[in-house]
Amino acid sequence: MKRFLLFLPLLVAIVLGIVLFAGIGKDPTKLESALVGKPVPEFSLRDLHNPEATLDQSLLRGQVSLLNVWGTWCPACKDEHGDLMWLAEEKGVNIIGLNYKDNREDALVWLDRLGDPYRTVIYDPQGTLGFDLGVYGAPETFVIDADGVVRYRHVGVVNETVWEQTLLPVINDVQGNG
Amino acid sequence: MVRMVCLVLVLLLSGGAAADVADVYDFSDRAQEQRYQNLTAELRCPKCQNQNIADSNAPIAKDMRNVVYQMMKDGASNEEIVESLVGRFGEFIRYKPELDSRTFLLWATPAIAVLGGLLVVAGVVIRSRRAGMESQALSAEERSRVDEMLANEDRSS
Repeated sequence: MKRFLLFLPLLVAIVLGIVLFAGIGKDPTKLESALVGKPVPEFSLRDLHNPEATLDQSLLRGQVSLLNVWGTWCPACKDEHGDLMWLAEEKGVNIIGLNYKDNREDALVWLDRLGDPYRTVIYDPQGTLGFDLGVYGAPETFVIDADGVVRYRHVGVVNETVWEQTLLPVINDVQGNG
Repeated sequence: MVRMVCLVLVLLLSGGAAADVADVYDFSDRAQEQRYQNLTAELRCPKCQNQNIADSNAPIAKDMRNVVYQMMKDGASNEEIVESLVGRFGEFIRYKPELDSRTFLLWATPAIAVLGGLLVVAGVVIRSRRAGMESQALSAEERSRVDEMLANEDRSS
């Protein structure tokens, strides 16, 4: 008993060390979305390219899609744009854009100049759908399955590494289950 | 002239900054205003993570304050408001997480620490008392020696 008590501080230190070590390297600014496992919130917003057309949540059904939240005011969105073009053109990924808290003219100029990787772009100048999705900093990219259910949310830029190590496994998993 | 321009610029810029911070909301009475203050103080901003949404200047915090105000005006209860925001931004935004199986350890840690401390103190007290009892029990022989010593002491002084 006495012997055991002598080792108690060592034991406590080891357990504490393991617990604290597990937290090292985690980025606390990246939060898991509260919507994972839930359907995309209902919305009714205009199409960026076609102001007459109204889009709703059925846009995100039928096939797996990436929902990319962007705005021309967001410098990191410019960084990832080339990679989105690569995903759309080389990999044939179905990307839906959510133009978040932006204005239409700027957004159209941006897509004209940098290319348009999106199948459709939802125009959300007030940020209402963004708010319902829990967007707290663009760019954010959601993986939506064929039933319109949110499966994953990536905060920050999408690049080749993120695609290969994070998004592609999620998409494969989603397609495997569906 | 340059000075004038500077002055005007400073005035303009500071005016802009002040307007940025102040949201003007109308409340029917003091109690409502207090409720709004309490709610925004206990919700955490997901963007600037060490600030509540009352203090944060992040656009998302402003949107969240707006929703809190709108929902209050529509007669929602505090729980409904917090639930609706947690449903969008996650449990993270609560400064006071709910008590459930995941947060049980978090809430129970202070009680566990106090209990552990009490156990240690109790152990120390019991042990020292036991040790004290043992030393109290003098044998008859020891007692007679002590009496003798004391008697000698009395005599010598």
